[in-house]
Amino acid sequence: MNKTGESNSYILLRHREIPNLDQLEVYRQNGGYQAFEKAVTSMQPQEVTDLVKASGLRGRGGAGFPTGMKWSFIDNKNWPHYVVANADESEPGTFKDREIMEGNPYQFLEGVALCAYAIQAHAAYIYLRGEFWQVAHKLDRHIAALEAAGLLGDRLFGTDYSLRLYTHLGAGAYICGEETALLESLEGKLGQPRLRPPFPPSYGLFGKPTVVNNVETLANLPPIVANGAEWYRMKGTEKSPGVKIFSLSGCVNRPGNYELPLGATFRELIFDLGAGIPGGRSIKAIMAAGASSSLIVANDKALDTPMDYESVPSLGAQLGSASVIVVDESVSIPWLINKTIHFFKHESCGKCTPCREGTFWMMHLTERIAKGAATEEGVSLLYDVASQMKGKCLCALGEFSIEAVMSGIERFKEDFIME
Amino acid sequence: MLAEKYANEIQAILAKYPPEQRQAAVMPLLYLAQREQMHVDRASMIEIGEILGISATEVASIVGFYSLYYDQPAGKYHLQVCTDLPCALRGAEKFLEELCQRLGIKPGGTTSDGLITVEPVMCLAACDRAPMFQVQSSEGLAYHENQTVEAALELIASLRLEAARGARRRSHE
Repeated sequence: MNKTGESNSYILLRHREIPNLDQLEVYRQNGGYQAFEKAVTSMQPQEVTDLVKASGLRGRGGAGFPTGMKWSFIDNKNWPHYVVANADESEPGTFKDREIMEGNPYQFLEGVALCAYAIQAHAAYIYLRGEFWQVAHKLDRHIAALEAAGLLGDRLFGTDYSLRLYTHLGAGAYICGEETALLESLEGKLGQPRLRPPFPPSYGLFGKPTVVNNVETLANLPPIVANGAEWYRMKGTEKSPGVKIFSLSGCVNRPGNYELPLGATFRELIFDLGAGIPGGRSIKAIMAAGASSSLIVANDKALDTPMDYESVPSLGAQLGSASVIVVDESVSIPWLINKTIHFFKHESCGKCTPCREGTFWMMHLTERIAKGAATEEGVSLLYDVASQMKGKCLCALGEFSIEAVMSGIERFKEDFIME
Repeated sequence: MLAEKYANEIQAILAKYPPEQRQAAVMPLLYLAQREQMHVDRASMIEIGEILGISATEVASIVGFYSLYYDQPAGKYHLQVCTDLPCALRGAEKFLEELCQRLGIKPGGTTSDGLITVEPVMCLAACDRAPMFQVQSSEGLAYHENQTVEAALELIASLRLEAARGARRRSHE
């Protein structure tokens, strides 16, 4: 451990220790592409999937679904298969995938290749949000370097296995982080979620079996394949093994990305690493999953809660993408929920009525409340609209939009008292 | 015509997708069409539809759905300031307001020389380095982080110089 308490041996943010890790030569000097070569030349695809299952790795995009299990759902009667890397990172408070792709891009690309080998896909697409234009152009150059080095392309390592990677830029739509909306967008359509089932492993990109994994999830794969499942399970907790990148933002002295074992506490992240709240103010609330979070009352119990998939729900919240937004005592909760609702209203894709109409009305109500122009009736109407949306939206975006609203009204009543 | 001007680029884009899935190329082709004028005109939408075998209406619906495509001309450079929750907690709203005031425009407005449009946008995944904005232009997109109003005004001055040099170059051609 270094002086700030953060592990000085990174698994994902290795570029912070190894200069020029974004150069293929440097990445290979540091063990890069040994895992992929080992998999392609000495492992059956199923063995790779079994290894990832045994590691306990869970999806890092927000849902926390076991990665190996997702891969095992792939339909082997329908071909070709595709891998799609979800690099649409758009949750307010999340900025980890961008750091991985900029600092340690080859580990991510090797992870894409390992996933592709495991499900025997010969083409993989990296769907980046349109704002990551510069990142995409750098990835294109990295992909060209891999092709030149014989690490992508036809008949890899003298086997029959071939693989091509392609980048694809979105154009500004949060909804495309939802995996079926992302697939629609990649097909050249409006980014709107599909009815599920069928799920992407049976009906994905171009109607073919597809695994969609988040950038951070994929970046975990090379070290897991290189070092084994046991090694990976030595970090984190039993049900949430491994490390996670926590994006820390908001009212905190040292915002940034912190790679920690799952199960580190909010207090360690916010006060030890993040150096606490500016101006000597007190902490008021925590949002653990970006704008999609319910508001956690930041008392001692909450601060000492381990940040992992099974513990955060005890606070009436979710870990999600681990985008920890810190809110201090100077922030009014009605202002805050007006901010998050404004975001969800703007990003609602319009396909399902509860979300399209619900976010619209919630925005008008929160605007009045934030201006101090609402009555108690207005607040209870807002709560009513939110509860009527619950469980009725086509995708998680709609469901997420009510989290801060309902928890804010329930847990921070005093902020809503009208004169 | 895009097909004549960007023949090689169009082929490279189409080669990324299975031949029977040409529609997948609509978004990269729209970026190509937007490259020169920062908006997609009707003729380009019709042409992209023809290249991909879809209707111009379908192409227009994509332009309308995604926020980085424009169907109307605006400033040559779009300064897009993130004012979402994490950035707002670090002063992004005040930054936007002051920047617009100094430029004599309202958020969403364009400067009188027609070059700079300043608009608030949703989260740009740079929350730890707020205030921040991106500049969208025909050259692509670039992030500018840990900003002050003075630094942003300096950048705007350099963008104006760049635009003036570009205009002189074109008049000599």
